[in-house]
Amino acid sequence: MSEVKEASENEILKKIDPAPWKEAPLVLNNRSYKWVTDKICGIVESKTPTWWWWCFITALCIASFTGMGLVYLVSTGVGVWGNNNPVNWGWAIVNFVFWIGIGHAGTLISAVLCLLKQKWRTSINRASEAMTVFAVLCAGIFPLFHVGRVWFAWWLFPIPNANAIWPQFRSPLEWDVFAVSTYATVSILFWYMGMIPDMAVLRDRAKETWRKYFYGFFAMGWRNANNHWRNFEMAYLLLAGLSTPLVLSVHTIVSFDFAVANLPGWHTTIFPPYFVAGAIFSGFGMVLTLLLPVRAVFGLRDLITQKHIDNMCMITLATGSLVGYAYAMEFFIAWYGANSYEGFAFINRAFGNYWWSYWIMVSCNVICPQLFWFKKIRENTPLVWIISIFVNVGMWFERFVIANTTLSRDFLPSSWGYYSPTVVDIFTFFGTFGFFSVLFLLFLRFLPLMPMCEVKSVMPQADPHSDH
Amino acid sequence: MMSDVMDIKYAVAATFSSAKEIYDAAGKVKEKGYTHWECFSPIPVHGLDGQMGYPRSKVPRFTLAGGVTGFLTGMLIVWFMNEFDYPLIVGGKPYFSPIYPFPVFYELTILFAAFGTLFGMFFLNRLPRHNHPVFEHPDFGRTGDDKYMIVIEVEDPQFDEEETSQFLTSLGGQSVQVIREPID
Repeated sequence: MSEVKEASENEILKKIDPAPWKEAPLVLNNRSYKWVTDKICGIVESKTPTWWWWCFITALCIASFTGMGLVYLVSTGVGVWGNNNPVNWGWAIVNFVFWIGIGHAGTLISAVLCLLKQKWRTSINRASEAMTVFAVLCAGIFPLFHVGRVWFAWWLFPIPNANAIWPQFRSPLEWDVFAVSTYATVSILFWYMGMIPDMAVLRDRAKETWRKYFYGFFAMGWRNANNHWRNFEMAYLLLAGLSTPLVLSVHTIVSFDFAVANLPGWHTTIFPPYFVAGAIFSGFGMVLTLLLPVRAVFGLRDLITQKHIDNMCMITLATGSLVGYAYAMEFFIAWYGANSYEGFAFINRAFGNYWWSYWIMVSCNVICPQLFWFKKIRENTPLVWIISIFVNVGMWFERFVIANTTLSRDFLPSSWGYYSPTVVDIFTFFGTFGFFSVLFLLFLRFLPLMPMCEVKSVMPQADPHSDH
Repeated sequence: MMSDVMDIKYAVAATFSSAKEIYDAAGKVKEKGYTHWECFSPIPVHGLDGQMGYPRSKVPRFTLAGGVTGFLTGMLIVWFMNEFDYPLIVGGKPYFSPIYPFPVFYELTILFAAFGTLFGMFFLNRLPRHNHPVFEHPDFGRTGDDKYMIVIEVEDPQFDEEETSQFLTSLGGQSVQVIREPID
């Protein structure tokens, strides 16, 4: 029956002879499979470039700031951070939400775009997933050390302890423990599983013994057999299907940290979608920040094409506009809800003691990405990179604004205060960029930065019905 | 050195250089009635499962089992900890309800389902298995790069070295050769 239908459709197509829809190729210059393999494996197999060592050493030095900050905090007490009454969360929650949000674009690219059959995702998904994993690790540092006595942090997990105390499952902070640890684990599983076939390629090409063992171990004996691919593809699709509700739930639950509290400016139902949009926005900012230099340094212009940059810019634009809409809607509801505390919270956000952070946020998140409407700007790679940095800055300030304006000005003027970070706060946060970069540089050096099998599957040669 | 190593015949292999070639060839191997054979390719070739007569993958069963286990585990720990072992009064509300700790069930469902998926994939693919006779093929590495390969095993009831090799050549297979598995 379906064959008959297909045949008649083909007849019709022949008769009307439609103009072919021209899509930009995903891999430029008609590259061969061999070229893709050599390019991606070559990055890992070649001699370590000098620039890599310079970047790595610099990143290690920056990471040591986090080390120093944390050693000082643990040996002295959590009071070395600037958070105090009434702003008890301070930079710890800001940095946590910032890094977690960055991770979300990686999952969006690998999972949501996979379900939506967006073929252009293939060349950027591996690096974005790596970004996700490393960003979640950076995020975890802050709540972990904010508990004060970090050696008791395992009490957050439902593990029996000597005091017979169990976690209290009504608390959004406890939900966070489950959401973030699940997110980290599933992201690592997804990232790893996607890498298995590529690890096998590296294993089969390896000359040195350590490479054979290292890649061989992680490849798990993968054989490129069709039976393997069949189960792999199904598992990949399922993990994409599982990661999609996961990524939405993680930032939803992160937003519950705020929204469940009865505080003006926090207690709103718009928070979950608004946080998810913001997370994807900041994540795409970070993907652009990371991949544009990677593309230039490794000469990957044929694989990460202008089409990829255009698409990433457009998603940034879309999510940036969503975030802008949420900012406006928050104000509208504060007025429409006619609650004087809520109204004050928002007037205070824009014009109160932290007015400068609010306007940094608006200019970076709402105004800046609007430049991506213009093709000229999207094609100017250095400018795209600079805008992506602004997006990162803006999204950090968004969390700062949300956390601090509300806490520093709550119901009673007698309990108002002003929060400033201490040098320990600044060191700890600054260092996480180094920590993140160390991990990302190691990833670039030792792991295949693009899923070769997936890139090859979207090339014209992959079609079993054409003569390529 | 070579004479010390005993080996046995494992299979006959033929390489192909495009997705279309292996797609067509696989259909013919299936038609011919071979049962112990496999295709190797650098990418999951679209539609090759159908050509080879493979049914739908069974990974989803493991995912479902994982998900159900996760959901029930979530329920169980919350009920056990907040109602049974150490009843906790929070805001005068019931000790246990399936509603308030829903995020916990939700996350554990996804976590266990993801583990089920990954380990299910490993189990169905019989991995990890770091030794396999096909690795003995001198050009095996190319199947991860740009070559496609059909391997017909000795175990197949229809296998006959001469005839099977000729058959693979007639399908357009290149460098048809016997894979020998060393035993020591």
